Amino acid sequence: MSASLLELDRCTMQFGGLKAVADLDLTIQKGELVGLIGPNGAGKTTVFNMVTGVYAPTRGAVRFEGRTISGLKANRIACGGITRTFQNIRLFSRLSCLDNVAVAAHPHRKAGLLSAVLRTPGFEADERALRALALEMLDVLGLASHADAPATALAYGQQRRLEIARALAGKPRLLLLDEPAAGLNPQESEELMRLIQDVRRRFGLTILLIEHDMKVVMGICERIAVLDYGLKIAEGSPAEIRSHPRVIEAYLGDESASA
Amino acid sequence: MSEFLQQLVNGVTWGSVYALIALGYTMVYGILRLINFAHGDIYMLGAFIGLYTSNWLRAGEAPSPAKAIAVLLTSMAACALIGMLIERLAYKPVRRSPRLSALITAIGVSLLLENGGALLFGADPKFFPQLIPSHNIALGMGVTLSNQQLIVLVVSVVLMTLLRLLVLHTRVGKAMQAVSHNHMAASLMGISVDRIITFTFMIGSALAAAAGVLVALQSPKIEPYMGIMPGLKAFVAAVLGGIGNIPGAVVGGLVMGVAEVLVTGYLSPTYRDAIAFVLLIVILLVRPAGIFGKAVTEKV
Amino acid sequence: MKRALGPLVTLVALLVLNAALQRALNPYYFQVLILVGINIILAVSLNLVNGFTGQFSIGHAGFMAAGAYGSAMFTLTVGQRFAGALVSAHLPQAIAQGAALLVALLLGGLLAALFGYLVGLPSLRLRGDYLAIVTLGFGEIIRVLILNVDAIGGARGLPGIPHWANFFWVFLGVAVVVAVSRNLAHSTYGRALFAIRDDEIAAEALGVDTTRYKVTAFVIGAFFAGVAGGLFAHYLSYLNPNSFTFIKSIEVIAMVVLGGMGSISGSMLAAIVLTLLPEVLRPVKDLRMVLYSLMLILLMITRPQGLLGTRELSFGRLFGRRPATEPRA
Repeated sequence: MSASLLELDRCTMQFGGLKAVADLDLTIQKGELVGLIGPNGAGKTTVFNMVTGVYAPTRGAVRFEGRTISGLKANRIACGGITRTFQNIRLFSRLSCLDNVAVAAHPHRKAGLLSAVLRTPGFEADERALRALALEMLDVLGLASHADAPATALAYGQQRRLEIARALAGKPRLLLLDEPAAGLNPQESEELMRLIQDVRRRFGLTILLIEHDMKVVMGICERIAVLDYGLKIAEGSPAEIRSHPRVIEAYLGDESASA
Repeated sequence: MSEFLQQLVNGVTWGSVYALIALGYTMVYGILRLINFAHGDIYMLGAFIGLYTSNWLRAGEAPSPAKAIAVLLTSMAACALIGMLIERLAYKPVRRSPRLSALITAIGVSLLLENGGALLFGADPKFFPQLIPSHNIALGMGVTLSNQQLIVLVVSVVLMTLLRLLVLHTRVGKAMQAVSHNHMAASLMGISVDRIITFTFMIGSALAAAAGVLVALQSPKIEPYMGIMPGLKAFVAAVLGGIGNIPGAVVGGLVMGVAEVLVTGYLSPTYRDAIAFVLLIVILLVRPAGIFGKAVTEKV
Repeated sequence: MKRALGPLVTLVALLVLNAALQRALNPYYFQVLILVGINIILAVSLNLVNGFTGQFSIGHAGFMAAGAYGSAMFTLTVGQRFAGALVSAHLPQAIAQGAALLVALLLGGLLAALFGYLVGLPSLRLRGDYLAIVTLGFGEIIRVLILNVDAIGGARGLPGIPHWANFFWVFLGVAVVVAVSRNLAHSTYGRALFAIRDDEIAAEALGVDTTRYKVTAFVIGAFFAGVAGGLFAHYLSYLNPNSFTFIKSIEVIAMVVLGGMGSISGSMLAAIVLTLLPEVLRPVKDLRMVLYSLMLILLMITRPQGLLGTRELSFGRLFGRRPATEPRA
């Protein structure tokens, strides 16, 4: 029985002739903040999709807290303690910010469907609790004042934070963030870095982070894995990765010029 | 055995009609991701326009091959125009709307054509004149083919071959293929997406009109609601073959025709319409992409 | 005790109206009123599937048919005798018939719900327009099945259903379906349905069992369609498969779309408008369907979100006290 929180054991994701991810071994311990980087198309989001159950790995297994989760439906995995944000924002466009976040709290409801239809006191109390949880998550992300605004009315950076608030409302033990800093200006990225560390501390989370913004990656990640064409080409501390020849060759060389 | 072969011949004849209609569905779906509910009604209009043209040419009294061809071509041309009008007026405005809105628009157009037709032509059935005197051709093994069936087969094959040549070997055809893959990319390549879409509608409508005339030659009774069931069946045929796939529509149409004739012959005529629905449900539950289709997955 | 006030007031109001309207309104208007009520139930129940959950269902008439024939057959075989027995036990006729009707409606609804489950479970993994076609196909299959079963009348129809449905029962049905929809909407279950509508993949990734919820919405929608069918059967006293064609499904879709998909009050409003419209257009009966189809086309081109979009009419008093959760935007 391994002590690691998440374990990808020789995971391969094949789409017809294309191997998006090939033989990936990745282990994440409880409490870590790990970064997953690589050029576009390297397979990073595919890794997320395998972990969260959007895809079942063609070969290999994903284990969470010792139990195999690969092949389970996405919603079972989400209820089991892993939530995520998306590379392209996927908010519920016709719901308010509060409702967006409250949806993620749904797995933690106590009242059944019949209670909801009959409006029992038990249901009312449960509903208040769910909304309170949602409001708390909005507050952590600094969005409490926008609770009743439509989610689409938010600025881009705020929408990204809303997605994080939503993922948190699911009370995860492992949080997957897919390019949370995409499209943010340097100041917003700084705030995001502080936010992620704050959230990790406050909720005792383990975080796996996909990101292209090297300042963010090097700034907060304790360990980094690098993918290129579906293969893991390097893994180590930020310092090790920064100077790793294969990584520089594949990716960082152009990045450091523009970072 | 000879009965079975006869059924097969009948089935293939019917199937080629379904194929002609199915081609229109599949092409429009391929470029617009829209199920053109009104397509079956174009088939109906084809029959009616054929009727009025025949009467004008007095083709019923003094039939001749030339008049028959004129009736066919006139009907095809007229329906191509109608298809163009429908596309421009009703479908273009909802091209970027949610799919349900477009579907409802299509349903609305269908109802409009049917009920407008009932208003215009009268809801009572009319009789298509006999443009070609019928006689049977014995094929041996106890199988007969009426010359009308033969004409249906020949015309269908000719039209489908022409379509294949158009799509695969002309610039317009290649443009149609491009638009069916990606509007944006096609337009960046200098293709006028609007014109190609309109053109596709016109071709599809012309084929449906041809089907209408061909069927009316065989079964002369026509009425404004005659397009509903054939339209639905042709749609099932298109889905069967893989919607968006042109050879698939032809195969689907033939399968549909043969299945229907066999069920009617060996089971019971009351299930004739039901077989289409059963086929539809089976294919959508077992292999939604159809025989030749490719399943499209959404990128997360 | 406070919670029971709303329902109690509604019941009393319905009883009073029932007695008053039966006397005050001429039979023609009364029939239109009943049909309005039945159409409201159909529209609001379909709104649950199409509007709340975003699933294209265009076979609602099939579920209505299942409920109509199911409840009618129950009444004709068992229900009437049951009512008779109750009357012999000195219960007033209205209550005896009401009880029998209630059982018949519930059974009809359950039968429709069963069909909803059988249709929904395999179909709901299909994409939008494909789902629409499959539901259409199933609706037609149900109708063809009914046509071919002589025991329930077949093509000749089913006559002799006791005329037990009156204003009270029809509008009690309206009140129930509206209350259920509203309570559902303002709950975490409603949020889950809206989430599925807006982004199914994200909803799944956040822990919502999308398949189960889509099927549940489908089944609930079918149940109420069945109840509407049962009321229809016990009002008209005669059933014919031609009342349950694809056109009927389209009429219900039109109501939901005109009202605004997702809006309960929108569905109600549109049901009223679209039930009254054919009556108003009776002088130009032949043009009716042409105008109807033009309306659909123009609506989709000019205002696809319908009259109310996803908003509700804020008749706070009519719909009970203010909801515990904020109305969704």
